[in-house]
Amino acid sequence: MAKSSPTKKAWRSLSWLGVIIVGLIALNGVGVATGGGSWTPKLALDLEGGTQIILAPKLESGQTVSSEQLNQAVSIIRQRIDSAGVSESEINTQGGQNIVVSIPGTPDDATLNRIESSAKLEFRPVLMADVPSADSVGSDGSTETPAPESTDGATDPAADPAAEATEAPITTPTAAPTDAGDLNNITPELQELFNSFQCADIDTTNVAPADQPLVTCEVDGSVKYILGPVEVSGENISDASNGQVQTQSGATTGEWAVNIVFDGTGSKAFADVTTRLSGLTGVQNQFAIVLDGSVISAPRTLAVITDGKPQITGSFDQDTSKALADQLKFGALPISFTVQSQDTISATLGSSQLQSGLIAGLIGLILVVLYSLAQYRLLGLVTIASLTVAGVVTYFLITLLSWREGYRLSLAGVAGLIVAIGITADSFIVYFERVRDELRDGRGLVSAVESGWRRAIRTILASDAVNFLAAAVLFVLAVGNVRGFALTLGLTTLVDLLVVVLFTHPVLQLLARTKFFGDGHKLSGLDPRALGAVYRGRAQFQGPAPVPGKKGTSASREAAKRQTIAERKAAELIGSGSKSSTDGKDS
Amino acid sequence: MASFNQFGNDLHTGKLSYNIVGRRKLWYLIAAVMILIAIVGPILRGGFTLGIEFTGGSEFVVSQADTQDQDTASTAIAEVVPAAVPKISTVGADSIRVQTDQLTETESREVSAALATAYGVDATQVTSSFIGATWGQDITAQAVRGLLTFLVLAGIVMALYFRTWKMALAAMVALLHDLVITAGIYGITGFEITPAAVIGFLTILGYSLYDTVVVFDKIRENTSIDGPESRRTFAESVNLAVNQTLVRSINTSVVAVLPVASILVIGAFVLGAGTLRDISLALLIGMLVGTYSTIFIAAPLYAQLRENEPEILKRDKKSLALKAKASAGTSDSTVVPSDAASDVTA
Repeated sequence: MAKSSPTKKAWRSLSWLGVIIVGLIALNGVGVATGGGSWTPKLALDLEGGTQIILAPKLESGQTVSSEQLNQAVSIIRQRIDSAGVSESEINTQGGQNIVVSIPGTPDDATLNRIESSAKLEFRPVLMADVPSADSVGSDGSTETPAPESTDGATDPAADPAAEATEAPITTPTAAPTDAGDLNNITPELQELFNSFQCADIDTTNVAPADQPLVTCEVDGSVKYILGPVEVSGENISDASNGQVQTQSGATTGEWAVNIVFDGTGSKAFADVTTRLSGLTGVQNQFAIVLDGSVISAPRTLAVITDGKPQITGSFDQDTSKALADQLKFGALPISFTVQSQDTISATLGSSQLQSGLIAGLIGLILVVLYSLAQYRLLGLVTIASLTVAGVVTYFLITLLSWREGYRLSLAGVAGLIVAIGITADSFIVYFERVRDELRDGRGLVSAVESGWRRAIRTILASDAVNFLAAAVLFVLAVGNVRGFALTLGLTTLVDLLVVVLFTHPVLQLLARTKFFGDGHKLSGLDPRALGAVYRGRAQFQGPAPVPGKKGTSASREAAKRQTIAERKAAELIGSGSKSSTDGKDS
Repeated sequence: MASFNQFGNDLHTGKLSYNIVGRRKLWYLIAAVMILIAIVGPILRGGFTLGIEFTGGSEFVVSQADTQDQDTASTAIAEVVPAAVPKISTVGADSIRVQTDQLTETESREVSAALATAYGVDATQVTSSFIGATWGQDITAQAVRGLLTFLVLAGIVMALYFRTWKMALAAMVALLHDLVITAGIYGITGFEITPAAVIGFLTILGYSLYDTVVVFDKIRENTSIDGPESRRTFAESVNLAVNQTLVRSINTSVVAVLPVASILVIGAFVLGAGTLRDISLALLIGMLVGTYSTIFIAAPLYAQLRENEPEILKRDKKSLALKAKASAGTSDSTVVPSDAASDVTA
């Protein structure tokens, strides 16, 4: 008999499993050794505590926040935090005007900045620029005509704005300003303010209203500006990304650029601005991108952009272009916020929740073990061993995810894991019941394991596929807590499959060849007598039938075999006429 | 457990068989009544009880407290509003935050006063406010979208796997039955619907379909193997499959429910409230209802959906004729006496 082949295969499967487990542990070890990893998963806010930030809107007097604006701000902040790779963050509104951001653990500075710079983004024309120090010597900016060097109507950030800062034109407005870029916007008071303005003076909580000029600085304080009223608002940006500039032939130049896509309103407004600005020279050719009152970029206008898709080029590298693109994309809040309070909080019922969750899981596990032993006798030990292996693999996968992907285990995630005990154990139950069915039909254990497995694995695959689908859909579409739960559910479904294929089945294959199980010891849980196997006469059970190679080779044979025993009896009855009607009493 | 083994054996051999598929009208009636109750009950009660994340709720912050002991707050609140389930946490170095359901103004004042006394602070150091309810808008919308997407995808996957849309339809009907009844139980009993409970509901989707797929796989196997020569009608094949998987259904339910029940017990009696209790309650109800509906709704419905197909009708007629012959005990041997491995020929 080809007895050695399944045995060999079984050992090979087990070795693979061993390799996977050792690999996971080793990978984790590397993580710990290189400093980023840990032997325990990171915990989410509800288990570990975390930081709570309360954001209050910056309101001009008389202005109110609508719940619609607030909700929009919440989704934007959520996007930002998610894009920073922080999961399990909770964002709520509070009291009808504040936003509460809960972040697990202690967030790094970058994440905090992202939230705090939850800025109002606006595009304003530059009216005047200067280096901040009062006695700077400006050169005439109009001598430097920018060369249109980019390909698709790009704009170019001023290479060195200070170098082309204009002498303040000492003019008194003679007429009311006609447009946002009109120098008539500069009133003597504004000029005064500008002349004495120090970049340290920036008060980001007091940004000038959209229809008024603004005096401000470059974020790093290198240049100060007088900016005209807002021409395009950040809400009109529908997308922003970074990428390398491409030539007309499609080759990349290696130069990084930020690509903006405006919506309909934005495109039109931006077309108007660039039409006007491209006709101007010097700093007035520039427009400033203002984030929370500070200028993050002030590119020159090289062409009229009518399609609403400007490209900003300049001295970007991959990181700086990405940063600007993110600021443009996620900076478009309908209102500005200020951080009102930031607290590090302990968990809601915190560590005691985790402890209770673990205790509950342990009790549940013990009950499952007892039930398995009662139902399947020593076969139950295979269930327990399989669950243990599944537990080990899942634990290290979660630890790895927590290291590589910043995953944090929340209470909902723990619940997902505990639920998974049941679903994982079900795979074994389906399998064992199939094997028992085969034994009942009179197969020997070795072949019952093989044919039971082929039937069971189909069912396990199909049902796991549905479960995984549920988890995947939830993971893709849901946010926050639900996502964490979906992840553990999906993960354990995969682990379930891995364990049943690489552990449970091989172990059963090997056990079937032991004397204890093979002979159907009473305690093995696979005792053919207890399972009412079809008696074949002369104390022989149906021998190990050769396992059919392909399904369908013996469909009708199977059909006959799959008759219930009662039916088989009936058939025999018919065959032998009514004379043997007395033997309907057995089994 | 020998008797349970025997039970399994008898179900497998057909010696013991529950006529589940045949009594479908009874199950449909029960389901209809349950669904009616699940819909009317919550309406009579005045809708679902929503958690603080949906409705908003009251929040109290005690600042500059002498102690950050959380029990002090729960005792103080229990005296004023015993029904409240406070969520207590420490904020910063010397503050306690208490979240409760939306309280009336009188209650709010009383709770503030009680907290102030309990922590030995001036009444002005207890601020009370309420929480906005964006969770409901933000995340429920996404959960519903996820639910619909999942139903469509799962329907397609099942229809492809089983090669008949009727199984997918029967499974979906059973699934809706589960969701409506679980939600109904929440509505009737007034259990709070929290984000955690919604997570529980979403899991039921997966679990209910999972359970149905396992049983349907056996049904598919039985009905395709039984073929045209079978002595069983289509409905009887389905019924046999349900009976043969009954032990599996019982074992799986028990194994799945045990951990969930232990979370529920710990969550409800040790912790009193929170994520664990909410998730496990929804799951416990959903798992029990899910297992029930697979057996008593999905399988009979599937048999019914298919019984009027010409092929099935033909086959049923044949097997009924065979059976009639068998019961008549005709001795002219049209059926070869068979041992397990030989073919049954007509």
